[in-house]
Amino acid sequence: MENNQTNTGNATVDIAYRRKKNAEEMRHQVITFTLMIFLTIIAFVAVGAGMSGWFTVPFILLLAAVQVVFQLYYFMHMSHKGHEAPALFLYSGLLVGLITVLAFVTIVWW
Amino acid sequence: MSTYAQKKGFGATVWDYLTTVDHKKIAVLYLIAGGFFFVVGGLEAMFIRIQLAVPNSDFVSAGMYNQILTMHGTTMIFLAAMPLLFGFMNAIMPLQIGARDVAFPFINALGFWLFFFGGVFLNLSWFLGGAPDAGWTSYASLSLASEGHGIDFYLLGLQISGAGTLMGGINFLVTIINMRAPGMTYMRMPLFTWTTFVASALILFAFPPLTVGIFLLMFDRLFGSNFFVTAAGGNTIIWEHLFWIFGHPEVYILVLPAFGIFSEIIPVFSRKRLFGYSSMVFATVLIGFLGFMVWAHHMFTVGLGPIANAIFAVATMAIAVPTGIKIFNWLFTMWGGSIKFTTPMYYAVAFIPSFLMGGVTGVMLASAAADYQYHDTYFVVAHFHYVIVGGVVFAILAGTAFYWPKMFGTMLNETLGKITFWLFFIGFHLTFFIQHFLGLWGMPRRIFTFLEGQGLETGNFVSTVGAFFMAAATVVLVINIIITTVKNEKVGNDPWGDGRTLEWAIPSPPPFYNFKQLPLVRGLDPLWIEKMEGKKGMTPAEPLGDIHMPNASFIPFVISFGLFVAAFGAMYRLDYGWGLPVLIIGLLITFGSMFLRSVKDDHGFHIHKEELIDEDDKGVKA
Repeated sequence: MENNQTNTGNATVDIAYRRKKNAEEMRHQVITFTLMIFLTIIAFVAVGAGMSGWFTVPFILLLAAVQVVFQLYYFMHMSHKGHEAPALFLYSGLLVGLITVLAFVTIVWW
Repeated sequence: MSTYAQKKGFGATVWDYLTTVDHKKIAVLYLIAGGFFFVVGGLEAMFIRIQLAVPNSDFVSAGMYNQILTMHGTTMIFLAAMPLLFGFMNAIMPLQIGARDVAFPFINALGFWLFFFGGVFLNLSWFLGGAPDAGWTSYASLSLASEGHGIDFYLLGLQISGAGTLMGGINFLVTIINMRAPGMTYMRMPLFTWTTFVASALILFAFPPLTVGIFLLMFDRLFGSNFFVTAAGGNTIIWEHLFWIFGHPEVYILVLPAFGIFSEIIPVFSRKRLFGYSSMVFATVLIGFLGFMVWAHHMFTVGLGPIANAIFAVATMAIAVPTGIKIFNWLFTMWGGSIKFTTPMYYAVAFIPSFLMGGVTGVMLASAAADYQYHDTYFVVAHFHYVIVGGVVFAILAGTAFYWPKMFGTMLNETLGKITFWLFFIGFHLTFFIQHFLGLWGMPRRIFTFLEGQGLETGNFVSTVGAFFMAAATVVLVINIIITTVKNEKVGNDPWGDGRTLEWAIPSPPPFYNFKQLPLVRGLDPLWIEKMEGKKGMTPAEPLGDIHMPNASFIPFVISFGLFVAAFGAMYRLDYGWGLPVLIIGLLITFGSMFLRSVKDDHGFHIHKEELIDEDDKGVKA
């Protein structure tokens, strides 16, 4: 968001710096995008290779978690300034959700 | 747009409230609707106490008693306590952070109307074949066996009003994160704003489990699924978990704003800043955090096993620590202060020991082994009424007296207010203190009558007498409100004389744009800082300029009404041929009006600078 404001009228805005930052970010996005496609292929391979479900299911879930992090940080800009509150609420929600899942798994079903 | 100063007819006023998106008017709507449901729930409580006044009573039948008991709990929690607190949050929180409205005024209105129609739907069950009768917890094995449509009213009504509450919570979060006035950092926010913030976060995380639980139960009852049907491989305990994952944070959703109200009242009338502000904030957040790890203490006797019980018991006891921090901070705020005993301060002082007693029995109940004795007895009933009435209802009554002048521009009568206080305080302890002992003597919860010679007669009779005191207190409060409204003696910005926070820096009631110029906040208790430097009001943080305001809209009402219609369709779908069409028509109304809202651009309007200058005869500050 703050990387695209060139019409601020603020003399201290360094356009060259902004350009460099944007280019860097674009590179990160391309790399992440490639990685995400790669991870998806691995997930399909893991299923196709006919390994035990006890390996495949946790493995795919792990890959999914990694993809969520990529998505949030590289495409939804969660690492940028001004995203502290959404990050806080995402992690709080995650915590509450995981505790629920943990409780269900440990004291309801087993 | 200078129509706001004109006198309006009755019809125009009603239309104004039906379409309003102004947080102050929505607050009034919440107070009216919440107050109405409070009276309804109170009447149900009176019927319960009349039925239990003498042994072998036949005032109501057993089945009717179950309905009254269920509706008393459901109404008081979802339709009275929460909306009344939402009323105060709406009225005061934006003023406290120096905002002109909440972040999403339209959604604010939508949240109110969803709650309202959900509440009306739930209560229509009385006239349409019987109210829900499985307790406010509506445990699945019981509620699935309940005949008639009572439980369906509960499920659909709470689903609709719960959606409204969730919207309200998210709206408050966004408002507090984004719309604070210049200089209003997080650690300068008044405690009521902080507790609103944490309570809204709890709403955000606690209501989805309730929504899921209600959906599953609704599918079981209306669409033939088997989530909770043990005979078909379902698991009835899951409802209990889902309900209490919501239900326990719900207790803190109620009590944290109550803490906030008292944290505003005590410094004002002690003429001292709040003792240990940062530890108060810390304790609030910690209570919110721990509130999600303790739900299974409602289920100690389900048979979760000793390890699970021990973990949840210890986590529950841990909550006593931040709560204790708060209690001591309130005491130290009063310590050495120049205390003025006004009506709100009466409630605040009475709240501390009353709530503390509820907290102590809470720790008793938290010890899992002992809970096997207390579970489902009147001891539990006494405990939760001590925390909810002694905490939340005291706060609502205190907040009514404290914020009435800010909301309506006129002071409630202090003498009548104190009469209300004494009647309510005496009645409250008379009703519920003895219930601890009734529980320990073996009186179970939720029974519709008891027999002679069981040693329960005196205790129950005392309890009923106390309930009449509380009813009398409510009547005096209503008389007070009527007298005050008729007299309508206007008061100034800071009627209590010792206001510390931003809401006391602007007129009572505030103009619809709240702040002509956003105030510059220079520390905690910003108005107090300015007063101590000999200034009359806040220093503005911006030059006078046009103010952008949202347009009123009737769409929130229509969206909610559509869901209200659809709920009838969903419920009667299997009984009557018209059920399915009504369901579809209702959803069409809702989605049609949502579509209309999406395609029709509404840019709001501007109040121009010149109008703002005209309004102020003395001229305007830079």
